[in-house]
Amino acid sequence: MYSFEIETPTSLADALSALGQDEAQALGGGQTLIPSLKARLASPAVLVSLAKIDEIKGITAGDGTVTIGGGTTHAAVAAGVAGSYPALAALAGNIGDPAVRNRGTIGGSLANNDPAACYPAAVLASGATIVTNTREIAADDYFQGMFTTALEEGEIVTAVTFPIPEKAAYLKFEQPASRFALVGVFVAKYPDGVRVAVTGASESGVFRWTEAEAALSADFSVAALDGLSLPAEGMMGDLHGSGAYRAHLVAVMTKRAVTAAG
Amino acid sequence: MTKVTMTVNGKAVSKEVSGNTLMTEFLRDELRLTGTHVGCDTSQCGACVIHVDGKNVKACTMFAAEAHGAEVTTIEGMANADGSLSVLQQAFQDHHGLQCGFCTPGMVMTAAKLLEENPKPSEHEIRDYLEGNICRCTGYHNIVKAILAASGQDVSGIAAE
Ligand SMILES: Cc1cc2nc3c(=O)[nH]c(=O)nc-3n(C[C@H](O)[C@H](O)[C@H](O)COP(=O)(O)OP(=O)(O)OC[C@H]3O[C@@H](n4cnc5c(N)ncnc54)[C@H](O)[C@@H]3O)c2cc1C
Ligand code: FES
Ligand code: FES
Repeated sequence: MYSFEIETPTSLADALSALGQDEAQALGGGQTLIPSLKARLASPAVLVSLAKIDEIKGITAGDGTVTIGGGTTHAAVAAGVAGSYPALAALAGNIGDPAVRNRGTIGGSLANNDPAACYPAAVLASGATIVTNTREIAADDYFQGMFTTALEEGEIVTAVTFPIPEKAAYLKFEQPASRFALVGVFVAKYPDGVRVAVTGASESGVFRWTEAEAALSADFSVAALDGLSLPAEGMMGDLHGSGAYRAHLVAVMTKRAVTAAG
Repeated sequence: MTKVTMTVNGKAVSKEVSGNTLMTEFLRDELRLTGTHVGCDTSQCGACVIHVDGKNVKACTMFAAEAHGAEVTTIEGMANADGSLSVLQQAFQDHHGLQCGFCTPGMVMTAAKLLEENPKPSEHEIRDYLEGNICRCTGYHNIVKAILAASGQDVSGIAAE
């Protein structure tokens, strides 16, 4: 690792002023950033830890929504939304392993936008709103391709607001070595239609499968998906699975998610 | 340099560290508590699991400065006050839950948390909870058996392997 200073502010205001320094970077749970620092893929002069800022942690229920602070760990989400949004709780409770879930945060996951991460699928399928220190960003505008988001330099994810669906499920085909999604599909049914978001598959990161959404909005059943498929072009191919394999898995996992949503 | 103060295995410690000092380095190099092992150093293998403020975390993927003010427990703090092995540690010995022992500190620290959260876990729950702890030697069978035994469940019907 290159050398850097580390600061541990306890308020968002102090964190933002610390992030105003030259080459400062936010540190969430560190589960992605610390390995990248070790690999010298990042070289901040100052790391500003968000872990001690209580005002960006925790879960609050709203009218048909649930809002999760950007600094909330995966473990706290798994426990905290089990009653209000069980599909989201199950997703959070299945990220990595218990020790990763005790450190990793929803804000860090969304800022990183790994093409195989789980939360982006939930956020996009729920039509959630990403709240930062300066503005609110709709999920449809937030994800801009692999490891790319609408966030500006130094902008902090302070919360995410999820509208609670009538039914939902996330099905993850796990890559057993990394424990990320080889393909993950989140299906969420709302009164005004169904949204289907796919992670792990596309070269452009998380995306909505609009054909499946139209079919499921007309008829929320596995049969409605019969005959629907995605092209292999644009899908990631690597030693774990070809593009064609991932495209096939998306259709399979979408059907399973519909079954699981009930 | 930053001054960090924390409680490690019940003792207050205070040291000057640089920003990029990992918890593993702090424990092993500064405090000479070498029971916390470093296997992968990338948050994959779990050999470095410790407890920070009651939570199991991977010490290789946390900075010492982030543990300022925390209560930390490492494998060196797991034995009984008289130095004898805890029930869980004794079960690992009795059921051959280790071979080379490299993964064992992390296994014990993780299993201790599991048993706190879920005092009578099923075999499936144990395997699921140990997902982030990799063992190159045992094939996991006897680790799972040791944890079942430590939770007071009957393991006499499970074959030794
Ligand atoms: C073994 C292992 C298995 C994993 N398995 C999965 C899995 O199955 N599914 C999955 O989705 N993920 C998985 N992860 C990734 C994990 O969820 C990470 O915790 C997450 O991707 C990053 O969150 P973090 O809080 O640790 O962020 P960090 O690593 O601290 O930061 C990541 C990036 O986000 C920035 N950042 C952090 N917090 C904020 C914020 N609030 N606002 C703005 N920017 C911020 C940082 O500057 C950095 O660029 C796994 C990780 C490991 C080590
Ligand atoms: S050394 Fe920390 S997880 Fe492997
Ligand atoms: S006993 Fe050797 S790695 Fe587990």
